[in-house]
Amino acid sequence: MDLRYLLKRLVSFVVTILVSATLMFILTRLTPNDPIQALLGRMAATGSNIEGGAELVAMYRERFGLDQPILVQYLSYMSNLILRGDFGYSLAYFPAPVLPVIAGAIPWTLGLFLVSTIFAFVAGNLLGALATWPSTPRPLRYVIYALAPVSAIPYYILALLLLYLLAVIFPVFPIGGARTAGGDQSLGLANILDIVHHAVLPGLSIVLALLGFWVLSMRGAMALVKGESYLMYARARGLRDRRIFMRYAVRNASLPQVTALALDLGKVVSGQVLVEIIFSYPGVGYVLYNALRTADYFVIQGVVMFVIISVALATLILDLVYPLLDPRISYRDGQA
Amino acid sequence: MSAAQLHAATAVAPQAGDVLSIENLRVSYGSRFNAVPAVRNATFSVARDEVFGLVGESGSGKSTLSMAILRLLPAQAHCEADRMRLGDTDLMAAGPAALRQLRWTRLSYIPQGSMGVLNPVMRVREQFLDTIADHTQGAQRREIEGRIETVLAGVNLRPAVLDQFPHELSGGMKQRVCIALAILLEPELIIADEPTSALDVVSQRQVLETLSSARRRIGASMIMIGHDMALQAQLADRIGIMFAGRFVEIGPTRAIFEAPRHPYTQRLIGAIPSIRRRQDIGELARRGLEHADGATASAHPDLPLREVSAGHFAAIEL
Repeated sequence: MDLRYLLKRLVSFVVTILVSATLMFILTRLTPNDPIQALLGRMAATGSNIEGGAELVAMYRERFGLDQPILVQYLSYMSNLILRGDFGYSLAYFPAPVLPVIAGAIPWTLGLFLVSTIFAFVAGNLLGALATWPSTPRPLRYVIYALAPVSAIPYYILALLLLYLLAVIFPVFPIGGARTAGGDQSLGLANILDIVHHAVLPGLSIVLALLGFWVLSMRGAMALVKGESYLMYARARGLRDRRIFMRYAVRNASLPQVTALALDLGKVVSGQVLVEIIFSYPGVGYVLYNALRTADYFVIQGVVMFVIISVALATLILDLVYPLLDPRISYRDGQA
Repeated sequence: MSAAQLHAATAVAPQAGDVLSIENLRVSYGSRFNAVPAVRNATFSVARDEVFGLVGESGSGKSTLSMAILRLLPAQAHCEADRMRLGDTDLMAAGPAALRQLRWTRLSYIPQGSMGVLNPVMRVREQFLDTIADHTQGAQRREIEGRIETVLAGVNLRPAVLDQFPHELSGGMKQRVCIALAILLEPELIIADEPTSALDVVSQRQVLETLSSARRRIGASMIMIGHDMALQAQLADRIGIMFAGRFVEIGPTRAIFEAPRHPYTQRLIGAIPSIRRRQDIGELARRGLEHADGATASAHPDLPLREVSAGHFAAIEL
């Protein structure tokens, strides 16, 4: 792989993260809400007695550096964030720092996200391609097209529907959580099965919501590929139907789909937040939900930062993989 | 069958031992109620080791005819024939599996302009190997795989092209890759659809020379489609002239050039520019327009092909 291509992609990755961190800093300063006022309000609401409230506010302001000039705040924010990975302290779980709060949730989110996104991508594209292929049995085609409109249903409705159907009316799957409460934490087979069992419904609601999009867009991509001369030439060469389907049609039609995947990742992540809330799945989305409820600004910042980094990282990986999929895309600069 | 069709069928009757014989092939596009005929009652045959030149202007039905022989017409095309046989195989009756096996082992195709015909995401080698893999097995497969580089050398390509992707090859190289693929399994018949029309004059000559020597080497028959009469004169043994979906004249190359009988053929040959009688382009273009009108008019009554001399047929009033 060409080093300059790699370097260019890495630089744009870093710049993306720096710019979004800066935007996040500006946006949080623009909100009329004062986190400390919010904290005091919460304390007052729970009946805590606040003596010398004004002094307390001033103390907190000093402690969190909010009395510093905005530029100093920005620089210390950026250096904490980038150099030390320090997102500050959680206001709700003070004095717990933000990072461990999020870090504990990342494996759940990442696992659910990766498995369901990849499964939806592969299955959706394959089904979409099969739906357009002449030798596909007709009943299968009808089933595929019946699946497609499901993607018009928003994530959260779909999740609620599945929850009601498969956890309440027919209690096949658990209502929520990522594992049976009080179970052992070891990585035994029973435990893994328990985790998978819990992940089926949230996973399914993400997969179903994404599937239709891939089915329909793959159908469009296949329609274009079917007009290509290499497909006719492959038929003229008497190649087997299955080979023409996989190696000639699907392989070429999936190229624009990979680009679409890169563009779609952000949507997938934000959709997953809602799914996690509905299934009380202990992922980053659930953490975000709790942070929003408690106005835990630093945790919110941390979660948003996590989303930005993961989307940027996924895009970077797709950028690096794409030239391997399409040899016409050059690694050399100017063309890449 | 009308009397005219019957006459046409008997006039150009296929001989035993023909590689390809076609009687009254009819192809139309569109719905049953709004069918546009593309090929009308085409009757001809190709003998063993023969090069049959198929000439006609754009839209005259040449490519549709070749796709009909390959049985690769699009779904909206409607194809019928009283007879269409490759050797002793009935192409009209063959099912998809039989057709798949027959394509390339007995009948191969060189596409018009090879720009988009190779899979852009596969190296050339893989496209050779999958062609071999889907038609052979065991010792025969290994034997043909071992022959790839020899076949490439026969069309003046270095083995290095095998490890390249199609976009890394020039148009002429791609065309030669297609020729190498077409002769790889040593078919009985090669259909070459304007194999050089996308190339410049120098590459055209090289590619045609490699094509005809490669064809001779494996002893295949060939249908060579093109509208370049000069190229046809060099390569074809017999020539069939198509106009508006019909053959208007079929005959030995020499007879077609020396004594063209149908007005369209006469004008086609008259339109070949000569360095000795230099006419300006305007004059050629004017005559081209005239010939279009004249030929349309003269071709209007659906005259059957009649034998005007030994093996020379023309759709004219005698």
